[in-house]
Amino acid sequence: MSGYFKDIYTGGKSLLIGLGVTFKAMIRPVVTVQYPREKIDVTPQIRGHIELVKYGENDAGHNCLVCGMCAKNCPCGCLTVDGERREGVKGKVLTVFHYDFTKCSLCGICVESCSRTALTFSNEYELAGFSREEFQFDLIKRLEVKK
Amino acid sequence: MQQIIDMIQTYSLLRMLIAFLCLLAIVFLNAVVMGYLERKIAARIQRRWGPMEVGVQGWLQMILDGVKMLAKQLIVPKDADRFLFRLAPLLCFTPVVMIFAALPFSSALYGINLHIGLIYIIAMASINVFAILIAGWSSNNKYSMFGAMRSVAQNIAYEIPILLSLLSVVLTTATFDLQKIVEAQSGILWFAMYPNLFVAFVIYLIAGCAETNRAPFDLPEAESELTAGFHTEYSGFGFGLFAVAEYGNLFIMASIATIMFLGGWNGPFGLGSGPILGAFWFMLKVFVLMLVMMWVRWTYPRVRFDQLMNLAWKYLIPFSLVNLLITAFLVKMI
Repeated sequence: MSGYFKDIYTGGKSLLIGLGVTFKAMIRPVVTVQYPREKIDVTPQIRGHIELVKYGENDAGHNCLVCGMCAKNCPCGCLTVDGERREGVKGKVLTVFHYDFTKCSLCGICVESCSRTALTFSNEYELAGFSREEFQFDLIKRLEVKK
Repeated sequence: MQQIIDMIQTYSLLRMLIAFLCLLAIVFLNAVVMGYLERKIAARIQRRWGPMEVGVQGWLQMILDGVKMLAKQLIVPKDADRFLFRLAPLLCFTPVVMIFAALPFSSALYGINLHIGLIYIIAMASINVFAILIAGWSSNNKYSMFGAMRSVAQNIAYEIPILLSLLSVVLTTATFDLQKIVEAQSGILWFAMYPNLFVAFVIYLIAGCAETNRAPFDLPEAESELTAGFHTEYSGFGFGLFAVAEYGNLFIMASIATIMFLGGWNGPFGLGSGPILGAFWFMLKVFVLMLVMMWVRWTYPRVRFDQLMNLAWKYLIPFSLVNLLITAFLVKMI
């Protein structure tokens, strides 16, 4: 019986404080973004799928030497890199950079193992499709489109 | 026009029929409006948008939900008691409409004016428990059964403080007639402004919240423990009727509070209260009260069952009893 009225007082007070908290939340602006119509900028650190870094001063537009370290180190085996020798050009020229996103685990070992920083994570996050073929990326074409 | 009004006044059966249809429309409209407001307010308190896709600010959402519900199949579980299973939603919904008939929306706008209006309403409101018990029992499902049993225990506990707090108003006015109770508050002071009746008002609001099975007292349908409680097995409009009845009960609870404590169809500070303006004041007060109930619902977490019982038997009932005694003393002295 001793704490009876004290309980009522403290309980009632804390209930009123709770009502105040929700009232304040009610009049504050809404934080939800209406996504497809409204988009917020993603952080540049986002780890999307990989892409070739654009190097404008190079003729090819990228910095790839076709050493194949990325494809060799890939634990999922989702990269296919190939090149050919051309006359008048030093070293190999990149002809195929095929990226199978359905197998990729986004571990980033390819990006780390690249000695020329030719690879990076893209900012792409809207990745939904109706067929598997939509996730077979040709990164060279992708770079050309980006140019 | 005059002929029509004369005819309506002569044939009281016709008047009752029109009133009944209007009340039925109000019950459904109330459920739609309140459902929408509930979702919007819940969203705002959680800093979301709520329904936004259908119509401007999603105002058509509830109508669409109603249409969807109508189109759904009514599934009766194999082991359920078919007759009782079908009966329960109707038994839950019918008393709501019957209570609406006795509510004085204004001095001229009411379904029927009873001398024992308050007793009638309370008697009808307690059928709701019966419907919930039948729904839970006939579903033949342990979650439904638990929900129904909790509901019965809760309603028995909370009906007492409700009756005691309303009784202190009845002691003050010496009538059960709702119109006369409202008329007694036609001055500047409403009953909620008297200290002793203000306590009764607060007790009534808390107990009414529990009586309508709303959070934080929504143990009969506690989602986290009982999936959906007594209406777990109901689909389509069986469930729809329960939802409509829930909002109907909320409206009734708020309107009883308005009539008994907040001056019914009287305007504030003795402002005008004609037959139409009175209805406006009445609806305004009822909706403000219902919005407060929603605010409460989305603020507090659900109470535990022992806390629920403690609140009723240790706090509300002693307080309402003492309050009733004080009111009786004051009525006798003054």
